[in-house]
Amino acid sequence: MTDLLAARTQMAISLGFHIVFAEIGIAMPLMMVLAEWRWRRTGERAYLDLARRWSKGTAVLFAVGAVSGTVLSFELGLLWPGFMRYAGPLIGMPFSLEGFAFFLEAIFLGIYLYGWERVGARAHLAAGVVVAVSGAASAVFVVMVNAWMNTPTGFTLDPSGGFATIDPVTAMRSPAAFQQALHMLLAAYAATGMAVAGVHALMLLRGAARDFHRRALTIALLVGAPAAVLQPLSGDVSARVVATTQPVKLAALEGQWATERGAPLRIGGLPDAVREETRWALEIPYGLSLLAFHDPSAEVKGLRSVAPADRPPVAVVHLAFQAMVALGSALALVALWTAWSAWRRREMPEQRMLLRALVLVAPFGFLATEAGWIVTEVGRQPWVVQGLMRTSAAVTPMPGLVVPMLLFILLYLGLGAIVVMLIASLVRETARSAA
Amino acid sequence: MSAVGVGLPEVVAAIMVLALNAYALTGGADFGGGVWDLLARGPGREAQRALIAEQIAPIWEANHVWLILVVVMLFTAFPAAFAALGIVLHIPLTLMLLGIVARGSSFVFRSYGAHDDASQRRWGRVFAVASVVTPLVLGMIVGAIVSGEAGAAAARVPTSPGAVAPSYVSVYVSPWLAPFPLALGVLALAMFAFLAAVYLGVREPALRDAFRRRALWSAAAMFVAAFGALGVAGMTTPHVVGGLTAGGALVLQLAIAASALAAIWALYERRWRFARVAAAAQVSLILWGWVLVQAPFVLPPTLTIRNAAAPRATLELLVGALAAGAVILLPALVYLFRTFAAERRVR
Repeated sequence: MTDLLAARTQMAISLGFHIVFAEIGIAMPLMMVLAEWRWRRTGERAYLDLARRWSKGTAVLFAVGAVSGTVLSFELGLLWPGFMRYAGPLIGMPFSLEGFAFFLEAIFLGIYLYGWERVGARAHLAAGVVVAVSGAASAVFVVMVNAWMNTPTGFTLDPSGGFATIDPVTAMRSPAAFQQALHMLLAAYAATGMAVAGVHALMLLRGAARDFHRRALTIALLVGAPAAVLQPLSGDVSARVVATTQPVKLAALEGQWATERGAPLRIGGLPDAVREETRWALEIPYGLSLLAFHDPSAEVKGLRSVAPADRPPVAVVHLAFQAMVALGSALALVALWTAWSAWRRREMPEQRMLLRALVLVAPFGFLATEAGWIVTEVGRQPWVVQGLMRTSAAVTPMPGLVVPMLLFILLYLGLGAIVVMLIASLVRETARSAA
Repeated sequence: MSAVGVGLPEVVAAIMVLALNAYALTGGADFGGGVWDLLARGPGREAQRALIAEQIAPIWEANHVWLILVVVMLFTAFPAAFAALGIVLHIPLTLMLLGIVARGSSFVFRSYGAHDDASQRRWGRVFAVASVVTPLVLGMIVGAIVSGEAGAAAARVPTSPGAVAPSYVSVYVSPWLAPFPLALGVLALAMFAFLAAVYLGVREPALRDAFRRRALWSAAAMFVAAFGALGVAGMTTPHVVGGLTAGGALVLQLAIAASALAAIWALYERRWRFARVAAAAQVSLILWGWVLVQAPFVLPPTLTIRNAAAPRATLELLVGALAAGAVILLPALVYLFRTFAAERRVR
């Protein structure tokens, strides 16, 4: 394994690990606040129990998110010093703002989790609101950096390829910034809300404390289902921005080799980089041109328009994209089904088929998120900054990177297993005590 | 310290040190708490551990963000220094990260996981050991920077693929695995333990005797580590000693000595609140002593505050953002500490 591949793997594992906890850290506080607010409005004890139980899980997950996020901030320099030396002054701004947002999040989460008896009712609820808002703001700021890597703006180049002048504010508003931030936030609410809904649906199927789990399911779905339904629309916006700003990435995620007008949409299929074709795909004529440019005869650039050295690993990107779309669509369909049943019955539906479907799709949001990050990150290769800096030029000169890579893989595997067991035991404890 | 005017890069550097100072006084003390968890002894052992956990729980994550803020400021304002540190101090930084991850996660696993004795002991042990290792490595990283060895190693890293590479050990290991950085590691550990003992003593009257002894012992350890570091520096990095005895630094030395004596006197006289102020002053002054020795370098011997600084546009925005952020952040922090500051009543 080359040092570059080891560094990329370590970064991918670190991001892939952190992103789950980051999403939970964005959406759980909103759900806790909604539960607490319902309790203060209705006086129903079940809502208070819910807020408290959810906050126990959040405390664990947020802490793991905080430390794994710290790892990432250092890894930028440990693995990609070339990138940071080059881009630090341009992208430091959103990172600094993220630092403040995260600070507020940590401060008010401390007050929320440990301040039930120490601050007033309104102050407590407000602390939860601050956590929820600053969590979302953190995500927006961090995604702005990633958007800049995809669609770099806010600079002029000198003849040697360095930055002659920089404008960090324009860099924050790169063309991909808005749609990527929107897509990430919706992903966080959809993945977390639907996962929590799945857990409580399972409890209802097992006949545990109906009042408690019905309320939990309702709040989780209020957060998760609308986001899951809106996400495909946001994905459409994303794909259209990618089509104009990163045509090679679009070609990779669609397995499009030739530049052509009226390009088909491929469902499934396996791109073959040697033969430069995508086989066994179900092709919908004009589909890609229509989706990417809202014009059936629009020209779509193919992978062959750039040299093989400038193409991302096509198969990985295409498969990850297919997986993301499939998982997201399933999530959206179940969310729509739930909404329709709820509207028809004028109450939280509890038919077993629907509950089973909710349990089934519970992990889909997180899996789709992972697939989506693979799409955006692997799809940008071989560039770390699209068109400006190659990933191979950014990597640290330190040899033997396979060692820290293995260390972090083991660490995160272990940590992941422990967290899953711990959350499972918290859920079981809830099932026992609320029964 | 050369006579360079104070401009935007110096302002950003000073804010960075302030943030680092805040981290030492808050996040550092949280690590110190872990040290006393490890060394909890006697019949009050479990009460000590409970107090430590209770004190740390609501605030450690907020305290930890100071470190992230320092890192972000470093790579935004001094990207060349951040890149060089990431390369040559890869190993100790990775060890520190492992320590940070192990400390934070074991702490919440102990608080929220199974309550049986075996799991409590297991996570408690991980928490305590990680709390000892992390400050040690952090001090070693500082030692590698201030001694100039990290900067010198960064200059030896081959920039073109064809160049002759110096030995792995000379670039990636010996800058930090040396007597002087080790001495600073011990000093950082002793400082954090000292702070924690004083803070914990202020909080819990019933455990004051125990933490008073611990505070005095760690003050002694600090003294030994500081002079040990000086002695080692005299042999290996004389310029550090030179920096410490130059005019302005000598005043600082006297201030450190005065605050140390004040802290010890206050502990001896059981004036806890005064002891807390003196201890915080002492640790802060030691930190600023480091800065004074190292200025105007971000990463000696080549990268200065001036030549490693990001373009003016970045620094202006950063200072603006930091000022605006501080307006929100500082009241929020005061609120956090006030909320959880209530002194325990004597039981």
